[in-house]
Amino acid sequence: MERAKELLTDGTVVRVLGWKQGDLGYNPEPAYFNSPEELADFVYDGFCGANLSKYMIQAGKMERNTLVFLKPCDTYSFNQLIKEHRVNREKTYIIGVGCKGTLDIDKIKNAGIKGIESISQDGDMLKIQTIYGEKEFPFDDALLERCTVCKGKTHLVYDELIGAQEGEEAGPKGNRFEMVEKLEAMMPKERFAFWQNELSKCIRCNACRNACPACSCLKCVFDSNKFDSAQKANVDTFEEQMFHVIRAFHVAGRCTDCGECSRVCPQGIPLHLLNRKFIKDINEFYGPYQAGEDTDSRAPLTDYMFEDVEPSVVTERGGKH
Amino acid sequence: MYQIKKDRLPELFAAMAGAQDLFLPIRKADQTNYGLWTEEVQVDLDTLKTVKSGKDCFFPQSETLYSCKNEDGKLSIDPAKLTDEPFVVFGMRACDVQGLKVLDNVFLNDPVDSFYAARREHGTVVAIACHEPEETCFCKVFGIDAANPASDVAAWFVGEDLYWKALTEKGERLTESVKELFTDGDDTAVEEEKKQIQAIIEKLPYSHLDLSRFTPEKTMELFDSPLWEEMYQPCLACGTCTFVCPTCQCYDIKDFNTGSGVQRYRCWDSCMYSDFTMMAHGNMRTSQMQRFRQRFMHKLVYYPANNDGMFSCVGCGRCVSKCPASLNIVKVIKKLGGEA
Amino acid sequence: MQVEKTQVFRPKIVAFCCNWCSYAGADLAGSSRLAYPADVKIIRVPCSCRVNPMFILRAFQRGADGVILCGCHPGDCHYTTGNYYARRRMTLLFSMLDYLGVENGRTRVEWVSAAEGVKFSTTMNEFVAKIHSLGENVRLGDLRCKND
Repeated sequence: MERAKELLTDGTVVRVLGWKQGDLGYNPEPAYFNSPEELADFVYDGFCGANLSKYMIQAGKMERNTLVFLKPCDTYSFNQLIKEHRVNREKTYIIGVGCKGTLDIDKIKNAGIKGIESISQDGDMLKIQTIYGEKEFPFDDALLERCTVCKGKTHLVYDELIGAQEGEEAGPKGNRFEMVEKLEAMMPKERFAFWQNELSKCIRCNACRNACPACSCLKCVFDSNKFDSAQKANVDTFEEQMFHVIRAFHVAGRCTDCGECSRVCPQGIPLHLLNRKFIKDINEFYGPYQAGEDTDSRAPLTDYMFEDVEPSVVTERGGKH
Repeated sequence: MYQIKKDRLPELFAAMAGAQDLFLPIRKADQTNYGLWTEEVQVDLDTLKTVKSGKDCFFPQSETLYSCKNEDGKLSIDPAKLTDEPFVVFGMRACDVQGLKVLDNVFLNDPVDSFYAARREHGTVVAIACHEPEETCFCKVFGIDAANPASDVAAWFVGEDLYWKALTEKGERLTESVKELFTDGDDTAVEEEKKQIQAIIEKLPYSHLDLSRFTPEKTMELFDSPLWEEMYQPCLACGTCTFVCPTCQCYDIKDFNTGSGVQRYRCWDSCMYSDFTMMAHGNMRTSQMQRFRQRFMHKLVYYPANNDGMFSCVGCGRCVSKCPASLNIVKVIKKLGGEA
Repeated sequence: MQVEKTQVFRPKIVAFCCNWCSYAGADLAGSSRLAYPADVKIIRVPCSCRVNPMFILRAFQRGADGVILCGCHPGDCHYTTGNYYARRRMTLLFSMLDYLGVENGRTRVEWVSAAEGVKFSTTMNEFVAKIHSLGENVRLGDLRCKND
């Protein structure tokens, strides 16, 4: 933050994009700071989950330079956006900040902890001050799903680093495809029931789309009033199926698996499971690929090989009805 | 005042559902929302706030208004049937009930919305007092008493019992139909519970917001405030706040081509969306700042100006906990109201 | 003219055919008097890669029981590379539909050249038989389109 003040003062940047202290101890909001004085409200903690790369699409169109704080996984999104020419690298000053994992307030609340006044960290535990007394909650259990399968702590793009743990392995590392594999192993009927149950909760608020750094279309096909896919209604299960398949498909090969879609979903739909299915298929069919890892390779869906697998692979893989 | 043991609630639900449709909070895929009761569902009365409010039961997210068919060159129009069967909504909270009153002002005043009116006429609401209010609650600011929900029937959970008190004629009728399940209860436990709830509410961080600056006279001043430009920045323009809100009432009317006809339906719309207020000549709100301002000006200034000072926010706090960017009406009230 | 409704299942099948190869293949099948079921409705597209995943979903929404995409053989695309892109897209889309629990036999891609009238007709016969065995599509349809 001191560094941000310096850069603001010496004119390297005219605004700083970071997080501003919230009023509940767990709700900081993304914010622009335009003067060193405003930076007094700057905060960076486990609840700063928002991926600021998304905001850089807008910031790139503003006058003069912007300083942005990016967590390691946010830099994947930023890189991917550079590749797609959606952000302006020249006008961006990136400070890579270290990340110990971002937290999911819903996990804490679901454990029955209500009336939260403040949250602080004490070793492996979160100390939670509530109006119903002081509670404790293990830090690791409060991590967002995406952080339990962290990609690593290395920043891929930055101008300088603060508190970063480059090269360090992520903490509790799981297999991110575990649930996808579990679903694949189910009978189609069970899978269908699983997705019906999840997708029927969708309220079509578009939070998943709007928070997604890869969703950067100026006009989404689901918003266009010239096309009757823009039904916006929560009217029939088909609408939700179509919306979520198309949303995930459109970011297939571009999705860095930053997990914002699942984080923001008000109904807790595990949307990352759709994206990860595409990632897993791409890895299996066309070779390992991590979107956002570089800025010049061809994306899997804008590339091809003569020997690519045929679509019949889906039926031949087995699976009964 | 009546009383029933908590473990006998399934019997109560079955009895009510035997005579009419019963909607109540149901746990499904880790979230609680209102749904139709059947024996298989998992009823969840512990979650204080359902994701979507009970608004759905009276003003569904989508409903067909009429359908048209073209058969052998003959055009037929088939209006959707209005609700004509009674139903019960169990488990709403004081804030949600107040939310219905906000909707009433919009839909029951001339011109009356017949779809909504029919549902209001046939629906009986059983509201539960909030045993443990949460930090996101600020109903007190709007003069709502979470300990005394003002609906057809008020209910309180105390220990192992549910206390039940009919407050309106509709409530009496419902009570009459399930009376044999109840025993007579006395007020002491409930009075104690009410005091406790009110004491907790006093301590909540948002319970003492200052609304005094949100008056019709200040409309232009608030509208022109430079603070909007700053506040809207994190907004992602999704519709989460609108769709979880118990008082948002804007809708869009659209046609769906079924291949053999047309279904005209209405669905909730969000002032946060870029095509909201889109008209033939274009859109008069062209920036996200304007859309953002509209939402809060409507809730805090325009609506009260037209409805004798009644705010169209009920302090349920759903937007507080659900906004992906942690924006919410409380931050707006504080900032514009001069608190922060 | 009124057609009496029968209980026999008549699948609705949509076949997207590329203009340069498969549509000509269908034409050849017709002029060679090779039979394939009338349940197949052909939609001509300029290239197999014109088919947006949304087209496939929309076909299912509007009551299709099976959707098949036919294009030029790999290497033979009129636009050089269109079918390669289509191949990747459809592979991923079909895999996703399978993942959602939709029967994976309802979707298919087949490369049919202008000379392969026989292949066109056998493919369609096979596909229709497959859809017959799967029955009506209930998992990916729109109820509003099923009123009658």
